[in-house]
Amino acid sequence: MLTNMSLFSRVSWMPYRLTGLLRTFLFIVCMLGSAAEAASQETPLLSGGMAFFTRTDGGNTSYILTTSPVLAAPLGKSFLIESRANLLEDFSPTKSGYDTSHFTGLSYLQLDYLATPHLTISAGYFLTPFGTYNERLSAIWIGNFQDSPLIFPIGIGTGSSSGFMVRGSAFSTQNYSIDYAAYFSCNSTNEQFQATRATGGRVGVYFPKKGLEVGTSYTRSLGETETNSYGVHLWWQPIDTPLRVRTEYAHSAHAAGYWIETDYRLSHFGGPESLIGRIEPVFRWQQFFRNSPDPTDGLPSVDTNQVEFGLNYRLPHEIRILTSYGRQFTPVGDLNTWRTGVVYRFLFPAWKGKS
Amino acid sequence: MRTRSWLLGFFGSTVLAIFLAIAQTSDANAQQSNGQKKNANADNQQDEGEKKFQQNCSRCHNAPESLSPRIAGTVIRHMRVRASISQKDAEAILHYLNP
Repeated sequence: MLTNMSLFSRVSWMPYRLTGLLRTFLFIVCMLGSAAEAASQETPLLSGGMAFFTRTDGGNTSYILTTSPVLAAPLGKSFLIESRANLLEDFSPTKSGYDTSHFTGLSYLQLDYLATPHLTISAGYFLTPFGTYNERLSAIWIGNFQDSPLIFPIGIGTGSSSGFMVRGSAFSTQNYSIDYAAYFSCNSTNEQFQATRATGGRVGVYFPKKGLEVGTSYTRSLGETETNSYGVHLWWQPIDTPLRVRTEYAHSAHAAGYWIETDYRLSHFGGPESLIGRIEPVFRWQQFFRNSPDPTDGLPSVDTNQVEFGLNYRLPHEIRILTSYGRQFTPVGDLNTWRTGVVYRFLFPAWKGKS
Repeated sequence: MRTRSWLLGFFGSTVLAIFLAIAQTSDANAQQSNGQKKNANADNQQDEGEKKFQQNCSRCHNAPESLSPRIAGTVIRHMRVRASISQKDAEAILHYLNP
């Protein structure tokens, strides 16, 4: 049984329709952004990724075309509007042809106010700051694997929150830096901005000389049943070595689990731009423990172990090829998972201007 | 008498010329020294920016292959929010990406 929060399911539980809302948003961004272009380096930008993925789970294959555009438009010296959308088309072969499904949704649409050098206040619809995966690795042009970790839904509700958030770098010295985020989310059943009533935050400490980061997260769900979720994370990137180790543990009222992921770019073999130096072996191990059933939490229904091996290749022009094989072990049966994909990352000014 | 005045004039002009030449040379040296200091400062800022980029940005992703100078400030403002980067570090990274 594959209940992993995959790229597909990550979007499928956000059945928003971007129609008039997106058009209005784009119009506002264009109008306001043009005022901000006075600063030569602060033209609004259009970024994001486009991807074609194939997924085979236990012999069933599906194909996914997806694009995830990001808009960022500065307003004056202290404000920023930013948004990320997901548009996804899924094709699954059947005996009579293909089953197709289509999803569109917003990951975030927020207004940021850079209040002080150490404080940013955000309002709107934002990614819930719990753990590291949701905010840092969920973008398709960043993540090493197509699928998000098994414990991904713990502490993040629908993935995004609707309310306000304060965040920033509390201290930053040569030896360490401390960053923080705290938020409050209202309950929202709006089709475009689904969110649950919750509060929480994250604190992290980074030691630059060691390349080590440790942090902890907390979410209190304020719905009909109030529950707590906790998380801890550790990232390590040894200095002057193209190795990255990331791990995260999360615990909720009904489940717990962890993942550990490593990637190593073979840049020692002729440099990062050489034929071999562009190869990036990746590995991930996960364990998930179900304490009590909850069909609404988006997590696997049974205890699950999963191992994944991948080989990614970074082509020139911001194109990346992702491949991986995984084996999932559950009490109800084991499963092979195969993933391949090609991702193109783009980044350019939102409109043509004087160079 | 005329010869003596001419010799005095010649001697004075020579001293003045030598003085001006020395002054100009020392001024040039000072300018060169200032230029070297500026270059050294620029190099230091560049190194510091690269270090901050490695510490803050490379933990998640690689640097973009190309970056239009027109959006460098927007990228930094966006990432300052996303990655909780302090203003000082953000300025150093901006200098690194768009010197």
